[in-house]
Amino acid sequence: MKYQIAILAENKPGVLTHVSGLISRRAFNIETINAGYTEDADVTRINIVVDANDETELNKVIHQMAKLIDVIKIVNISELASINRELVMVKVKVTSSAIRADIVNIASIFRAHIVDVGHENVVIELTGEQDKLAALIDMLNCYEILEIARTGPIALSRGIIPVKNM
Amino acid sequence: MEGSAAIIKCLKENNVDTVFGYPGGMILPLFDALGRDESIKFILSTHEQSAAHAADGYARASGLPGVCIATSGPGATNLVTGIATAFMDSVPMIIITGQVDSDLLGKDSFQETDIFGITMPITKYSFRLRKADELVVVLRKAFELANAGRKGPVLVDIPKNLFFCDVPYPKYNLQKRETDRPDADFLICAAEAQKKILQSHKPIIIAGGGVIFGQASDELRKFAEKYNLPVVVTLMGIGSFPADHELYMGFAGLHGRKSANCAVAEADLVIAIGSRFGDRQTGNITEYVNDKHFIHIDIDPAEIDKNVHSSIGLAGDIKIILALLMQQKAVDDLAKWWNRLNELRKEDDFEYTGAYDVPNVMHHISQTINRGDYAVVTDVGQHQMWAAQHIERFKPRTWFTSGGLGTMGFGLPAAVGIQIYYKHDRRVIHIAGDGGIKMTGSEYYTIAALNLPIISVIINNESLGMIRQLQKVFYGTRYFSSEFKYRMNYAEYVNSFGIDTYDVHSMDEFVEALSNAISENRPKAIIVNIDKEFVEPMTKMDCGINTFIKF
Ligand SMILES: Cc1ncc(C[n+]2csc(CCOP(=O)(O)OP(=O)(O)O)c2C)c(N)n1
Ligand SMILES: [Mg+2]
Repeated sequence: MKYQIAILAENKPGVLTHVSGLISRRAFNIETINAGYTEDADVTRINIVVDANDETELNKVIHQMAKLIDVIKIVNISELASINRELVMVKVKVTSSAIRADIVNIASIFRAHIVDVGHENVVIELTGEQDKLAALIDMLNCYEILEIARTGPIALSRGIIPVKNM
Repeated sequence: MEGSAAIIKCLKENNVDTVFGYPGGMILPLFDALGRDESIKFILSTHEQSAAHAADGYARASGLPGVCIATSGPGATNLVTGIATAFMDSVPMIIITGQVDSDLLGKDSFQETDIFGITMPITKYSFRLRKADELVVVLRKAFELANAGRKGPVLVDIPKNLFFCDVPYPKYNLQKRETDRPDADFLICAAEAQKKILQSHKPIIIAGGGVIFGQASDELRKFAEKYNLPVVVTLMGIGSFPADHELYMGFAGLHGRKSANCAVAEADLVIAIGSRFGDRQTGNITEYVNDKHFIHIDIDPAEIDKNVHSSIGLAGDIKIILALLMQQKAVDDLAKWWNRLNELRKEDDFEYTGAYDVPNVMHHISQTINRGDYAVVTDVGQHQMWAAQHIERFKPRTWFTSGGLGTMGFGLPAAVGIQIYYKHDRRVIHIAGDGGIKMTGSEYYTIAALNLPIISVIINNESLGMIRQLQKVFYGTRYFSSEFKYRMNYAEYVNSFGIDTYDVHSMDEFVEALSNAISENRPKAIIVNIDKEFVEPMTKMDCGINTFIKF
């Protein structure tokens, strides 16, 4: 089972190493991890998707992470009403104008953006939930995908209360 | 103020009076400052690992962070085993390592090692100092962290140039941290726990090292007495409960007392206090859990539900929690359970025949030191288990051993730190095997140089006894690398440091040697030359703690 975890941590060197090191030491699998600035300059938000057998397993790793000195707050977003987004960029080879037209079409159906066009390739960008990204990639697989880069999901809870006050 | 002087001042501010360590280029400025300071005692070890174990021993004995300093590169890496040992047993420590100059960092400079990265998983926190003006703040924070909650080692890595920088010394606002008051949820849990205790028919307490670090021995005794609860202890919990108390069932675990393990196996409620359900304690978890209820009391919330799923978890200060749990009126209807426990006790009453074997040697030590002012420090191996089984301890901080990491070589350097802390209040009896003593035996130099009155007992079974035992049980008696065919003279070895030694070959000789060693207040070593044996009982860990291997 995959869980989306939000971690608020002091914005200090080594924080990400501490967090990821701990998760792997405790034999949990990190599916994705990303981090970025927040509304508070001293705080980094780390978004992780971990694979755990069940909630008990998950809570163990949350308890361990809560012990990390730089960690301010950890919330299991999966159990809350939340909005979840990921961004993907896909570079597809185009060898004919027919293919290019196809891809532009697909992109518009998915409300994706064409963010770069070359003589022999286009780059499509899509933001959305993971199944939507999967569906796009599935479609594009009919063509020749040259490379994919994705951010890993980030999530915010719904409602007025931010994670830091939970 | 110069960086190194600020460090000294900060150490004093935290009541540090002793520092252990070993010099080298990158830490020399701090040595220079220490040398010029009169009030902090510096103990030079013979190896950085030993300096770390000595600081660890000092901390275990005093309850205050042990401080140890070393240079960058090999000095720092030599500390690693010592730091990991302290981490596994939750011992507060401050480790200061020198580092290459800031402008040489990241260039693979001479003796540059990323000790910050290396120690990340074996410290509570490690700091990599970058700016001089953070020095004092970071060091204070390090002390705070080492001491707070579940204690542990904290490392501060300091580039050499920072020792010379002019650093600010901000005023120290000693904030008395208020202990968190239990909230409503907590009180509900506590009330439920009391109900569980009163409802259970076969309750038992497992007391671990957390009781000792939490200074909760008195509360533990009162709590057990109030509800008439049997108490077993873990390897780390020895001394947390008086061994001659009528509620005491002894040491439980892989090599624990049969009756203690059987009692835990038969219990319907386990109240674990400051113990983490380590695998040496529980064996196979499914067998162990087997319909039991658990109340888990620990300072560290991450321990609750980590290894066993407890019915009720109470995370916080053990002293406070035990006080909370004593508010109910006791109803004592445990007579049946106690009948059963007494039956178990009778079944495995060990008979001390006075024969020349390690259990009888340990028993003699126990009888001799009894309730006197002694502390027992062991190394790791068979002798450690025999000591745990047969040497009775009555007070906290009179039993020291490497539990979580099981570090061979821990004993002698730890004994140094402990003896230095106890000065003349308690004399240290150190017990080692002939294997482990060759790992850190160079500390006899420190002991001799400082004339520390440690009595060192080396159990010479001409083997890595514990390894030989594992090969007997699990590898078809194929002894490999576990028997010392080549003989050496341990008495001459220890003697070469200038320490009186007794080479013992019989019980009578041992009795005489121990009594002589005790009669003089200086370093002594007794070499107990003895046959190879197996430590019994040994539980079949994969079956259940009440099943035992036959030898
Ligand atoms: C540093 C380290 N290396 C290896 C081990 C594995 N080990 C555990 S007990 C033991 C044998 C100890 O032999 P000795 O010191 O002679 O004690 P005995 O078991 O014979 O009493 C060994 C090698 C360990 N615990 N620590
Ligand atoms: Mg041996």
